[in-house]
Amino acid sequence: MCKDCGCSLTRSENGHHHHDDIHSNPQLNDAKTLSVIHKILDKNDIEAQHNRNHFEKSGVTAFNLMSSPGSGKTALLEHLHEHSPLNYAVIEGDLETSRDADRLKAKGIDAFQIQTGSACHLDAFMVHSALHNIDLKPLDICFIENVGNLVCPASYDVGAHKNIVLVSIPEGDDKVEKYPVMFRRADLVIISKCDLLPHFDFDIEDTKLHILRLNPDADILEVSIKSPESLQAVSHWLVENRFDSKQATDTTEAAQKSEVN
Amino acid sequence: MHEYSIVLALIEQCEKHAAQHQANSVKRVSIKVGVLSGVEPELLKSAFDTFKLDGICCDAKLEMHVQPLVLHCLDCDIKQEVTEYNILCPDCRGNNTKVLDGEDMYLMQLEVGPKDEDMIKANNVA
Repeated sequence: MCKDCGCSLTRSENGHHHHDDIHSNPQLNDAKTLSVIHKILDKNDIEAQHNRNHFEKSGVTAFNLMSSPGSGKTALLEHLHEHSPLNYAVIEGDLETSRDADRLKAKGIDAFQIQTGSACHLDAFMVHSALHNIDLKPLDICFIENVGNLVCPASYDVGAHKNIVLVSIPEGDDKVEKYPVMFRRADLVIISKCDLLPHFDFDIEDTKLHILRLNPDADILEVSIKSPESLQAVSHWLVENRFDSKQATDTTEAAQKSEVN
Repeated sequence: MHEYSIVLALIEQCEKHAAQHQANSVKRVSIKVGVLSGVEPELLKSAFDTFKLDGICCDAKLEMHVQPLVLHCLDCDIKQEVTEYNILCPDCRGNNTKVLDGEDMYLMQLEVGPKDEDMIKANNVA
């Protein structure tokens, strides 16, 4: 059990069985080849699952928001609450400053800033420590606003239930092809700043085609913070994509059982 | 540049495996890096060569297999490697496919042993 937040996921490394045929040998004398087949980010993934279980225990769905810097992640979160019945808080990731969290707090949204220093992404451990500063009880949703970067955050499971990736009109319509890993991980792609479409040569239909080639199950929404309808559509998607609490209860029970065993 | 933090996780795993097998050196680390894992193989290699110096992996050679994308087209029922960075079946161009490989990073194999000086000592005793 996690001593800090009391969530129930055990940290023991079950399932990694090795051939313990040299237990009697206190010191290895010959070279030995071990076949392991182990995910390199396994430790992060275990912590991410721990975060997810923690969210689920409070009935909160977590969404990981990713995009390049300046695509409008914070602006979306600033304005969404005016058009959505959902109660949400935000975990903010930036290299420096707490400007984003301050912007959200000014709008009455609970926010906690993680300053990553020089790290280009959030990982599950950073999100875990931030969770001790967020009261999940009153919430429906917790957003994790990742560091602005279309590369590194894609490799890390932070414990969210779904990934939302933004691409804004001024960035250009080639971003999906240039950063395939990020868009492959998206459950929802938000094409943001759509009010600027008349001023840029951004081919929305072509962009959608490229997204679906990488990720046929992704949903795509065209959004502008100046269009209340488009923000309502985002809110509707969030409601539709909240985690299934029935399923979550099952996994929590299973986790408790495995802890008892 | 998240390659550095990935390498730190990799070296930590190597240390754990070596400890489990009472080994005090790692000779070879074999990994598989998917083309869509989001990692640049060359950066990963240089990060490994920098960070290994401090610990048990200091003499380890990094073997890297860059894993292409492998798709299973559920309509054609064909499993094959593809070169394009998308998940369309190269034959029918449909998207009813499953990605079987090429999106993850794995530690595959590890060669561990005693330190070279320990080996010389052992040989001398023998």
